[in-house]
Amino acid sequence: MSDLKMDPCYEDVAEDRHPMDHLLRADRLPHIWCATCGIGTVVKCFAEAIDKAGIDYDDVAIVSGIGCTGRVAGYVKLDSYHTTHGRAIPFATGMKLANPRMKVVVFSGDGDLFAIGGNHIIHAARRNMDITVICVNNFIYGMTGGQAAPTTPNTANTSTTPHGAFEQPFNLPHLMEACGAAYVARWTALHVRRLTESFQEALLKPGFSFVEAIAPCSTLYARRNKLGSGYDLMRFYHDNAEIKHGSDPREIDIGYQNKITVGKFVDRDRPTWQMKSMEQLDSTLGEKYYLHDEACEMCKEDINA
Amino acid sequence: MQQAEPKRVLTGSHYLDGDHACTEGAIAAGCNFIAGYPITPSTEVVERYARRIPSIGGTFIQMEDEIASITAVLGGVWGGAKSMTVTSGPGFSLMMENIGLAAMTETPCVIVNVQRAGPSTGLPTMVGQADIMQARWGSHGDYEVIALAPQSPQEAFSLTIEAFNLSEKYRTPVMVMLDECIGHMTERVVIPEASEIKILPRRMTDKPKGEYLPYEVGEDGIPSMAHAGDGHRYHITGLTHDERGYPAMDSKTQDTLVRRLCDKIRNNAKDICMLEEEEIEGADVILLSYGITSRVSRAAIEAARAKGIKVGSMRLLTVWPFPEYRIKELAGKVKAFVVPEINYGQVSLEVERCCAGKSETILIPHMGGTVHNPEDILKAIEEAAK
Repeated sequence: MSDLKMDPCYEDVAEDRHPMDHLLRADRLPHIWCATCGIGTVVKCFAEAIDKAGIDYDDVAIVSGIGCTGRVAGYVKLDSYHTTHGRAIPFATGMKLANPRMKVVVFSGDGDLFAIGGNHIIHAARRNMDITVICVNNFIYGMTGGQAAPTTPNTANTSTTPHGAFEQPFNLPHLMEACGAAYVARWTALHVRRLTESFQEALLKPGFSFVEAIAPCSTLYARRNKLGSGYDLMRFYHDNAEIKHGSDPREIDIGYQNKITVGKFVDRDRPTWQMKSMEQLDSTLGEKYYLHDEACEMCKEDINA
Repeated sequence: MQQAEPKRVLTGSHYLDGDHACTEGAIAAGCNFIAGYPITPSTEVVERYARRIPSIGGTFIQMEDEIASITAVLGGVWGGAKSMTVTSGPGFSLMMENIGLAAMTETPCVIVNVQRAGPSTGLPTMVGQADIMQARWGSHGDYEVIALAPQSPQEAFSLTIEAFNLSEKYRTPVMVMLDECIGHMTERVVIPEASEIKILPRRMTDKPKGEYLPYEVGEDGIPSMAHAGDGHRYHITGLTHDERGYPAMDSKTQDTLVRRLCDKIRNNAKDICMLEEEEIEGADVILLSYGITSRVSRAAIEAARAKGIKVGSMRLLTVWPFPEYRIKELAGKVKAFVVPEINYGQVSLEVERCCAGKSETILIPHMGGTVHNPEDILKAIEEAAK
């Protein structure tokens, strides 16, 4: 940094500290992500959202799976757990049930959450488990060298679809909406202000909240498909992302280099797993239920609301 | 050591099967979180837990599969719960990757495997003991675990409590290797007063915020824990890590970590191993057994003694770590170890290794579906004593 400071054109911007340093493990830098990768931007938005939401840092835990985005847990200065491939959601589920006071956030990639972890995410959304899932979607497996993902659009080139991808990709917001998520939004890494706002809303939303953050993978996705650099992908988002809040999630598939619909698609109130469980056990067991007093409190709150 | 909480202990004399006794052991041990998935012949454990726990204090969740179950258990532990999952062969196979994560991250948890005959779907409702090696080696990489083998519903109760205590003491996954016979065998189970049940509390850090290192260890090689929300804001990973819990991709860190993970169990084998020995002194033959096979061997041992054969009995309540120090002491002093087990040779291989040719090892295999015929065990003892 000191070298940069000598150059007058950097004088105003170069600082020894990142503005979000208080939520980052600065002692682990430099990170492993490529230059112009979108994950760092998404992490910055997330850190800012925690501050804006006014959540005590000690009350947030972050859980990641495996992959490029799976490394997020290692760089965020919170109680952070880097688990196995695809299993961040059940880990988060166990943690939330053991300590309901915690805000438990899963931060992982499209392959981790929707291929190997697909069974877990659909069930967590169905249960309306009170966790927030942030999915960085870069349309490809980055960590292992650019293989096809369940999100790769037709007919993108990846190392395992060298003649073009032909499988139908998942439309993530549609899948999450169908499974019962309480909150669903999609932005790109370019939409930093709106992405931060969505994270804030998701963190404060009771129940299963899901935010898809489309992010450039310049090293693999962009290069294999001759789409330029990460900068060019950001330019593409700028020119092709259309903000349409409340769009029907069935109609927001992402095609190869087509328009990308972004916005907040679902924001609904559904009782969480914990609320349903308390309600059911209390109605059956009454005073025998060990959380009877808490359940009564919850009922009162419901009536007051 | 603390005493069990009275509200968690069903003190009295009961008529319970091994699965239900296991549930009562878990509740008494303070288990307040079970994530599970139905599989025969283990399901009764979670069914009883789901019925009983809401009026005692704790949570049960039926997950979407066994991978989710074991992983939720790990999340539950780091969230502050005492956690357990329950399964049988096929589910045990699915859990393996995350049992490795538990070993690597030193997550204290209990995994109950009510064994049935395999491989694959095998005989879902019938007995087997062929997951013993899998309990030890099932996940990739080098690690050590603890595995216990109850021989009765009474022990399904007491060894489940012991499993929780060992998992907390050594910060490792502990397996309770039940089998279909014991799981479904109904017998008298005496549950003592809560004051007589010793519970080892979790070893939590006493470091102030900002000074805690999740894998800093003292002489005993076992780190202290912090739960999510305790304010230490630490990092845990399945990657090779240093004492800060940070990934460190080098062979030196790998060497230090893997040796410690294995040595904390290996070096404490004498403390961990529970053995029941009978008439070992002056024996010509030792019948070595575990689990349901110990019960079946009883008749053979008594018949052999009636015929004047000097046969001792060694029963493994702890299968892993293997009590090799004891086998090595006895190797050469007896003619043979006779090892009946409901598999095609697993623990017998360990016995053979420890005997190193100084005593013979005679396996009495059984492929599963039923228990041994005591006649076959008697014949082997007679042969061995010749």
